[in-house]
Formats: sequence, C-alpha cells, structure tokens
Amino acid sequence: MAQIHSPLPGTFYRSSAPDKPPFKADGDAVAAGDVIGLIEVMKSFHEVKSEIAGKNIRFECDNEEPVMAGMVLAQVD
Amino acid sequence: MLKKLLVANRGEIAVRVIRAAQDLGIATVAVYSDADRDALHVQIADEAANIGPPAAKKSYLNVANILKAAADTGCDAVHPGYGFLAENADFADACAGAGLAFVGPSGDAIRTMGDKVAARSAAHAAGVPVVPGSLGRIGSIDEARHILIDTGFPVMIKAAAGGGGRGIRIANDLAEFEAAFPQAAAEALAAFGDGGLYMEKVIAKARHIEVQVLGDGRDAVHCFERECSLQRRRQKVWEEAPSRALSPRIRDELCASAVRLTRAVGYSGAGTIEYLYDDEADRFYFIEMNTRIQVEHPVTEMITGIDLVAEMLRIAGGEPLRLRQSDIIPRGHAIEVRLNAEDPSRDFAPFPGTVSALRVPGGPGVRFESMLYAGYTVPPFYDSLLAKLVVHAETREAAITRLVRALSETRIEGLRTTKPLFLALAKDDAVKANAVHTRWLEGWLATHSSRLVPELEP
Repeated sequence: MAQIHSPLPGTFYRSSAPDKPPFKADGDAVAAGDVIGLIEVMKSFHEVKSEIAGKNIRFECDNEEPVMAGMVLAQVD
Repeated sequence: MLKKLLVANRGEIAVRVIRAAQDLGIATVAVYSDADRDALHVQIADEAANIGPPAAKKSYLNVANILKAAADTGCDAVHPGYGFLAENADFADACAGAGLAFVGPSGDAIRTMGDKVAARSAAHAAGVPVVPGSLGRIGSIDEARHILIDTGFPVMIKAAAGGGGRGIRIANDLAEFEAAFPQAAAEALAAFGDGGLYMEKVIAKARHIEVQVLGDGRDAVHCFERECSLQRRRQKVWEEAPSRALSPRIRDELCASAVRLTRAVGYSGAGTIEYLYDDEADRFYFIEMNTRIQVEHPVTEMITGIDLVAEMLRIAGGEPLRLRQSDIIPRGHAIEVRLNAEDPSRDFAPFPGTVSALRVPGGPGVRFESMLYAGYTVPPFYDSLLAKLVVHAETREAAITRLVRALSETRIEGLRTTKPLFLALAKDDAVKANAVHTRWLEGWLATHSSRLVPELEP
C-alpha cells in the first residue's frame, strides 16, 4: 500500500469541472504521472499527478475539501 | 446614519471598510470562515461572527449564513466590499428584504449593469460612446454581416451573459466569424445557460481608463479618472490617478459621459465606469460599469482627499451627496501597486504561508492598505492580494521615486511577493514615459520575468 500526498495547501477537486466525471473513480488503477485531482491555491489551479503506480485507488479526501501540503489525498495498493 | 454595519468580506478590503465605519462612529461586525479565525478584520471589528467552512461557497458566498449573522448581531446595514457577493443583485435584494441597508446600488441597477448587453445599450442611450459593434444581441449571421461592414476586423464575439474575460472569441475575417459564431452560441448556452451573443471591434492598442463616480439615486458626481493599463491576464497590477495620457478636453468629455450614465441609471453609491482609450484616434469607448468599490479606489482618494468608503456609508444611510462637482479638485499624482503572494519569477505561482516578520513603509505620501501582521498565516483558499502600497506626490515622476523608496522600505518576510516586479517596472523607460497599453505588460514579462527573483527571508 502507498499514499499520494498533496503537493500544496489549498482546496482539493476530484474533477476538472463540476459537471465533469472525476479524474479517478474509487477502485481505478493509477499509473505514474496520472492526474488524480486538482488543488486550487489562491484562485489558481494545479494538477496533482501521482508519482507512483498502483491498483484500487481509495480517496481519503473529499471533493472541495481544504487540504494542507503533505496531507494524504489517496491510497493505492 | 447607519448604526451597526456587517462587513461581508475578508482581507484588506474588510479592514478598509471597518476602519471607515469606525471613523464615522458606526459599530462593526466582521464575518469569518474557519480559515480566518486569526484574521486582522476579525481582531479590529467590534464583534465577529463565524459564517462557515473555509470554502468561499460555504462562507463568504453563503447568503443565508451572512443574513443570519446580521440578524443575530442586530446590524442595520451590510457592506459587501469587492468580489464575493459585491455584484450579486439577488444578495442586494435579499439584504433589502431583510430590512438591511445594502451599501451599494439597488439590485436592479446591479442587474442592468451586470448584463453586458443591457449596460452597452444604457451607455449608448446616455450618449456614451461604446466600442463599435452590435448595439444589442445579434439576431442572426445576416445581421452580423451588416454590422461587420462598419466595424471591420478583427472583432470579438462575446457572450451576453459572460464576464471577467470568459466566453470571448476573436474572428480575423468573415470566414472565421461564420465558423466561430455558432460555436460561440453553443458554448455560451452551455456555460451560462444563455446563448445570446454580441460583438465588439478589437481595439488593438488601448489604455484602460476608468472614472470613479458617486451617486445618491438622484444626482451624481465624478472623482476624475484612473489609468490601469498595466495588466496581467486582464488583472490590474499597477494603477494611477490621474491619467497622464488624456488631454484636458478628453478628460472633461470622459468624466461628463460617466456622470450622464450614472444619472441615467439612477445609481446610488460608489461605482466605476470603465473605458478603453485609443491614443492614436484620441477616442474613448465604454466597456462596462463596476457597481462596487474597486481595489484601486485609494489612488482617487489620494488625489481628491475624499474617503470614498465613508461616502458610500453616508449615502447608504440615506444622506444626499455632500459633494458638489466644484468641490472635487484633483491634486498631484497617486500610484498604487498590488503586492500579491505570488512569485513573479515562476509565472506568478501562488505562495501562501506565514509572515515571519513585517516592516511597513511610512513617511509622507505613503499609505499601506493591508491585513498583514507579523506571525499571520496567509490561507491558501482566497485571493493572493496581501497589501496595496499607495503613494502620492506632486508629480508622476515624484510619485514613482516615492514608490521605489516605499517599496525598498517594505519587507514581508517568509513569503514571496510581487515586490520585485514593481521595483523593475518603476525603473523601466516605457513605464516612466507612460508609453504603455493593456497588453504591454505581458510582452514585457516574456523577456523580463526570469529576472524578478524575490528575496526570500529565512
């Protein structure tokens, strides 16, 4: 099991827009470099890319939840 | 006179409004999200009320929570500041419905000026020149072809319900226009629920000039103009008053047109009429009206000696305009720069964090509008504006010299800020000569930004 951390403080988003599907659904496989969400910092948006590959992603952080840098966003097997 | 004011905002503008109210003897109530418990506006207000979680949608944009805070604390008025709910007509109506004086224009005035097509029509009807294009919504491509004979190319196709630079397409010839038109209509319908389009000719090298107005619903005055041509991604970074680019004749025409429009819409409170000014043609064109106090209002205050926020509060309290036009006399030159928590050497990447030490500039002709204090942690959830440094001097040249002096005094340690940008701009020949236009800064940044490395104190 491994963890994906937030690189920045801000607000976490699971999809690119409210009417778009999430970048990753719970249970999806993840490859290194895949975008798993966005962090909004002071009105600018930054992609969160997974640095690891794994299966069965499980998000620890909800859509639109405030996050601190280093916080666990998701776990993968 | 108002008795107790709820300030429905945060950051430097909440501090600014609380100070103006306290100077008039009005009690103040700050509101704050869970992320702003330690904020300066909460500390200096007479009372404070929590209005929800950090996300703006759940706190500073949460109308029900804000109205409840106003009722619970016995307020008789609400000042919206800028951003958040400041230009939300339904919020203005909801305040009125709850028996609160909204410090700003009526919901209907916000609605009219917020609809870009309605605002253009209102300006045209008041004899204010608008950017050549369609007067209202474009009914069909055939109608557009007729208008294009007069305007020429390039033109912007804009969504009637858009704003803030969204929903804009540029067409360079008729073929591009005919291809872009149906796409723009479909996009506008999807994005704004309204497929209505209008068009405006592209004015290639224009300055951004805006006129500050005050109205009481019956009469109106202007407080002269500001120039805000230095912009990055349509966001102003450096503003001044007056504009050096205008002749006295054009200034008179511009300011008179702003007063006509303000009167025509029965405007109440402080507002700004924005224009593009084309140097070569020596012509100005209305672009939009902002129905709120603006970030850059202090440069106007510095040259006129008027406290615009205090005047807003008096007008909302039912007083008629105190100032006649002949009372408003500009003196000297003022410049404001926006110190943002951004790293200008890294494409203005946001840089929230803790202010480890702070040295505020001072001395004659210097004003520092900010919510910072040593030890304050800037939250990542909101705007990056940390402070507005405003200087005033007899001439533009002296104001630039004073700006460099005040910037050199300023130290905001622990964060990266846009201070190096302004030190470099103040030394640039084009800026010194005011030989700029609204797209000038982006071109300058392409060659200069890598050298704007902020000092980062330990």
